Amino acid sequence: MGEFFTRMGDGSGVYMSAEEIKDEIKKGVEDAAKRGKIPELTEEEMDYLFEIITMPGNIVGVKRGREVVSTSDSGSCKMTYHANIAMERSMAVLVSEKILGADSVDIGNMDYSYKAVKQIIHNETPVMELAQLNAVMPVLYGSMPNLGLYTKPDGPVENWSELLPLGKIDESRAAQEEAVEHAVRDIVFVAGEMYAAGADGINLDTCGASGDADFLAGLLATEKIKEKYPDFGVEMGAAGEFVLGMHGKIEYDGTRVAGLYPHKQVKLAEKAGANIFGAVINTNTKMSFPWGIARAVTFVKACTEAADIPVHVNVGMGVGGIPTSEIPPIDAVTRADKALIEIGKADGL
Amino acid sequence: MSGIRTAGDLVLRIQLAKSMKIDEAKKYVAEKLGVDPIDLSDSDKMYDIRADKGMGRSFDLNNFPKGIEAKFNIAKALDIKINSVERFKERAGL
Repeated sequence: MGEFFTRMGDGSGVYMSAEEIKDEIKKGVEDAAKRGKIPELTEEEMDYLFEIITMPGNIVGVKRGREVVSTSDSGSCKMTYHANIAMERSMAVLVSEKILGADSVDIGNMDYSYKAVKQIIHNETPVMELAQLNAVMPVLYGSMPNLGLYTKPDGPVENWSELLPLGKIDESRAAQEEAVEHAVRDIVFVAGEMYAAGADGINLDTCGASGDADFLAGLLATEKIKEKYPDFGVEMGAAGEFVLGMHGKIEYDGTRVAGLYPHKQVKLAEKAGANIFGAVINTNTKMSFPWGIARAVTFVKACTEAADIPVHVNVGMGVGGIPTSEIPPIDAVTRADKALIEIGKADGL
Repeated sequence: MSGIRTAGDLVLRIQLAKSMKIDEAKKYVAEKLGVDPIDLSDSDKMYDIRADKGMGRSFDLNNFPKGIEAKFNIAKALDIKINSVERFKERAGL
């Protein structure tokens, strides 16, 4: 049995020796560098990552002065819908602010998608207005472009996931392009209503969940929101470390969107006008926490070095080196946070 | 950073308003408040600073600016526009 307690990517505990942990770190760094075509961490950084992973104490923290701010993904829903506490969402905002010490929070609907929200916007804006009257911290409105919702039978366009296996590539691409138009229109409409309700910004969360066309919808919506409301904050968060090429030929400003890793995703978000970019690095449940966090930090370091806007790294379950478990273990969470901030130079979480 | 217990909300406002990275955003807020950036995460120091400037806090709220009132003061202290404050002025005819 090894000397140090750590985790696997599924959250289960495991003991590893110093040599095993160092080997996992090295392999995680190499995997990220190879996939992203980015520099590896330096020997000093890998040594410090080893130090963070093996630090005594259940929880660890950043050095004084290195604290960062946080934004959220369906933040006010965590108490209401997810924890099933019978609480109105603007009240959850105040609990987040006064009791949990959040730096900001986003209000979202149970169906966290702009398409769904558009239909009930008249019930969403009063929640934002009430929150804005009572909250001091920034309160954003968040949802996903969620392009898949625009497919038949629930939506107006053909389903590209059904067309692709039939070899109908052109039809699949046309359907995705049409869905982008619908999604952008819905996102910009909701953003306008939330701007009027006093929101501090809009969170375009999980962009790319349906592939490259989904990511494009986030970019185009950001562009239009900033054109119409230049002072309105926009946070654009990714769905994964790699934009899937469901379409394959989608381009934004001359750059093919499919296949982009965080350090290139952020440059498109910047061009579109986003104020904050949410970087995602996926966790592999079969690999160890040292492997996963080494990989995540390597990607994040490349992303923050490339970025001219703040990068908030997604650190929920299954992303940012955090194990994929319903209750992410606090030992792994705090070590991931410290590594992403101190080595990856994250501007927020 | 712990939100309104410290200056986390203020630093995040600057990131959203000016797309500043964390160190730059902290520097901006610190200069506006007349403190060192490291003090922004000190809940003890920030409690008094927020009291002086009426910028809202978690507890001890009697006769103290709350919610939108505090945001009027934050917008002034940080020299930024806050959307809810602008909408409030518009609707209240201020």
